[in-house]
Amino acid sequence: MSDFVLDRGEVFPKLIENPQDYLIITGLAGASRDVAGICGADGVNYYAMAGAMGGAVAMGLGLALAQPDKKVLCVTGDGELLMNIGSLATVAVMNPSNFGIICVDNGHYGETGNQVSHTGHSTDLAVMASGAGIKQVRTVAQEGDIADAAAVVKGGNATFFVHLKVNDNPPPRIKRSLDANYTKTEFRKALLGEA
Amino acid sequence: MPFDIPTPAPGDPTWPYELYKLLKDAGVTQFSYVPDAGHRVLIDLSLADPDVHSIPLTSEEEGVAMAAGAHLGGQKHVLLMQSSGAGNCINMLSLPRLGKFPFLTILSMRGDFGEGNPWQMPMGKWVQPVLESCDVMCLRVERPDEVIPTVEAALTMAFQSQESVAVLLSQKLLGAKKFA
Repeated sequence: MSDFVLDRGEVFPKLIENPQDYLIITGLAGASRDVAGICGADGVNYYAMAGAMGGAVAMGLGLALAQPDKKVLCVTGDGELLMNIGSLATVAVMNPSNFGIICVDNGHYGETGNQVSHTGHSTDLAVMASGAGIKQVRTVAQEGDIADAAAVVKGGNATFFVHLKVNDNPPPRIKRSLDANYTKTEFRKALLGEA
Repeated sequence: MPFDIPTPAPGDPTWPYELYKLLKDAGVTQFSYVPDAGHRVLIDLSLADPDVHSIPLTSEEEGVAMAAGAHLGGQKHVLLMQSSGAGNCINMLSLPRLGKFPFLTILSMRGDFGEGNPWQMPMGKWVQPVLESCDVMCLRVERPDEVIPTVEAALTMAFQSQESVAVLLSQKLLGAKKFA
């Protein structure tokens, strides 16, 4: 666990220079609060899950294929990603140039009692992303790694995977709507002008 | 140039080609699947068609989440799977249910009429009660002439009424796989 040192509240915002330039799908729990922290609780350019664990990457892929002229991000945690790790292979096959994944990996199941997760033991998600066939993969484990990864997030000419390793400090405490239909409608109104 | 759907070979069933045309005419642009022989024609047509996305999945539940993402972005998605894949989708079905996302899946049945592989029987028997208990409406098709009207009805309920709908293509329609 020696390289899980960065604080997510400090580092995550540095990866995304202008959050409003992106459509974002978040996995449940910490990742949704990381994104709410930069987009606001009432932001309409992101769709945050509070369940459906394992679906964030695939949902992001569906959105990216539907909106090829927009930059689409999936922000999710290590546990959420591991539940459907095969999604990385699906993403690699489709390889949409407007899509990227940021995995905020704290090596723990933070919502359930902070049990050590697989990544806290031995699993390396960046290696799994490379193995799935994703070409642009970056690991951010110290301050010096941030600038290059932020450039990949901003540049976006091929699908990317940023593996952000953080300590188990909590994500921002932000209250947001858990109404999955309301947030869908707000997102679609903002993007498509229709409910 | 628009994609021309090829003519079926003599003796081949025509409904898979008519079904592909129906889905495309209804505006479906994303076809996802874990491959199954019962969906061979639809999968091959989506792969050959430059106007749609043809997406191989590692697990069927990815298609449930992708369909919701497609709707957020204004596209229509259909998930093609074998009946055994229904079990992989259960938790993810909470997303279309809770968010009122349109969800349409077409299942090719194993483990029903004339099945010779006992490993297919459990999910074959469970798929409809399990999906219905997750509030997914199931429409079963047994004859070629039922395919188009049934999927037409399913498209309307999914994309206009924001329901989760599964069309089950039975082995009476598809024919049971032969085992020696």
